[in-house]
Amino acid sequence: MSDRIFGVIGILLSAFYAWQATLIQESFIQDPVGPKAFPVLIAIVLAAASLVFVLKPDPAPQWPAAGRLFQIAVSAALMIAYALALPEAGFVASTAVAAAFLSWRLGAQPLAAIIAGVAIAVGIYVVFHLILGLSLARGPWGF
Amino acid sequence: MDVLSSLGDGFAVAFTLQNLLLALLGCFLGTVMGALPGLGPSNGVAILIPLAFTLGLPATPALILLTSVYYGAMYGGRISSILLNIPGDEPAMMTTLDGYPMAKKGMAGEALALSGIASFVGSFFATWGLVLLAPQLVKVALLFGPAEYFALFTLAFATLGGIASRNQAKAAYAAALGLGIATIGVDGQTGVPRFAFGEVHLYDGIDFLVAIVGLFAVSEVFVFLEQHHGNADADSSKMTIGRVTPPLSMLKKTAGAMSRSTVIGFIAGVLPGAGASLGSFLAYSLEKKVSDKKGTFGQGDPRGVAAPEAGNNAAAGGALVPMLALGVPGSGTTAVLLAMLLALNITPGPLLFQQNPDVVWGLIAALFIGNFMLLLMNIPMVSLFVRVLLIPPKYLMPAVAMISFVGIYGISGSTFDLMVMVGFGVLGWVLRKLDVPLVPIILGVLLGDQMEKNLRRAMTISDGDWTTLFASPLSIALWAFAILGFIAPIVFGRFFRMKKREEDVGD
Repeated sequence: MSDRIFGVIGILLSAFYAWQATLIQESFIQDPVGPKAFPVLIAIVLAAASLVFVLKPDPAPQWPAAGRLFQIAVSAALMIAYALALPEAGFVASTAVAAAFLSWRLGAQPLAAIIAGVAIAVGIYVVFHLILGLSLARGPWGF
Repeated sequence: MDVLSSLGDGFAVAFTLQNLLLALLGCFLGTVMGALPGLGPSNGVAILIPLAFTLGLPATPALILLTSVYYGAMYGGRISSILLNIPGDEPAMMTTLDGYPMAKKGMAGEALALSGIASFVGSFFATWGLVLLAPQLVKVALLFGPAEYFALFTLAFATLGGIASRNQAKAAYAAALGLGIATIGVDGQTGVPRFAFGEVHLYDGIDFLVAIVGLFAVSEVFVFLEQHHGNADADSSKMTIGRVTPPLSMLKKTAGAMSRSTVIGFIAGVLPGAGASLGSFLAYSLEKKVSDKKGTFGQGDPRGVAAPEAGNNAAAGGALVPMLALGVPGSGTTAVLLAMLLALNITPGPLLFQQNPDVVWGLIAALFIGNFMLLLMNIPMVSLFVRVLLIPPKYLMPAVAMISFVGIYGISGSTFDLMVMVGFGVLGWVLRKLDVPLVPIILGVLLGDQMEKNLRRAMTISDGDWTTLFASPLSIALWAFAILGFIAPIVFGRFFRMKKREEDVGD
């Protein structure tokens, strides 16, 4: 079943992609093939492959239970939040929070997770910024 | 022998203090990454590329660092295979079959040392193979025009699923997805934006490093979150290592296995669509056929440890041949290495050998040096690497994720790229669940631009005549191999997979 859904998504994706390809503005500089042909070719391959999944699906994988799926979604959201927080709160603070959260979700005790988070953030800061001179996000406190 | 003199120049490049230190660091990091379950050669190198890039290392030192990591990871994969029965990376899978039983018999130290030596033998001779074969392949590659290159890229995609591919449609899907991603951004030939939806960040296209780190490293974090085995504390502490020098008699007994496996592995590495995993699988199967007269394979036979390790390390060296000479990688890790070259603004292929011989030969010399370093490091220091295995994933994976963010943020300083990377992480996790291979996506993102450019160049030369793609005997041969390579797994794949399952059950 998963494969069938996946295949239908693939067909929709290829249709959208092909449609977008036809909307590409032609330029006055032109070559015989133009900017549209290659994307259309790809769309055909994508659609053909998707059609195979719909017609001949593999056995469905074991999807995690809703709770676990929710956790993955929350972790992904946390990573997005982390990306947004970096320029605001600076590297060390945001990394400590994000790493602590991930470590906690991976099964560490809360206290251990917090320690791990801070250790990871400070460790990366020391190695990559202080020793190797990589520029990391600077927050209001300068680190 | 101008090959030897080029190699000599290469050693002159590699023998600077900085490069030797980088090789040492790379070997160490690589072995650690290979040993840790959840970090393999592909994602290990993937995480390090943006770092090497942002640290502003010049091309040759950066290459030396990262290829040392690559070779090191091939060495490191065996450690957890032998001690924990968990392959540290995919090519080390076959090593579990005899390595773990050997460790259970209290011969863990011998198994580790023997596999270290087998790894050395495999990659040492494969590097010689690379030295001798790559320049020959370059001569052929110089005959390629745009039409032949287009056919060659198609061949690479068609065979990437490999002979043991389960589902060719999924490999094709992945390749198309990757190529599609590569078309995002301003078209290089006519200057019109494509699939950018008016988003300024997309005009430059999607950086392949963002895609690679997202698909390989970030998705790994999700896999661990899903399985929740962050607690899987390694119990290698219970394992006594014992002596770490194999008795001479054991070496003598396994010499045949090593040499056969090296040849098989190297060939598997050079051929498109095989790579290190298949190299070790074939090496083990062949060795079992040749020397398993008493049925000791699977119960801790030293030859069953030596064969796959020599095989996968030889394949790792062999896989560099098409990558360097043609610019077309045949496996996941070499695809990541190609990404590294492209990030450093080096286009591999025949011209690289002519225009930047110092890069190529410096790299090859570094492989030799790294190989000796790895041997010296792996025999006496193996217990140190074993201790690294004790870091539980619940602390390791967050660190991996954060280092991935640091690397990508370092390239562009753009929050948008980080979000795209997380998106790729989620995508990678879903696709892995659905058994869609990720390597064709990476290769598509990497090669899409080149592939389209060659297609359009060929068309421009022929003034829009599509038959030009099949005009020369060389391109016809390439197309024939592409079609054969795509269809063969559908026909023979069933047989191969059955054999493989037998072996897997056999442990």
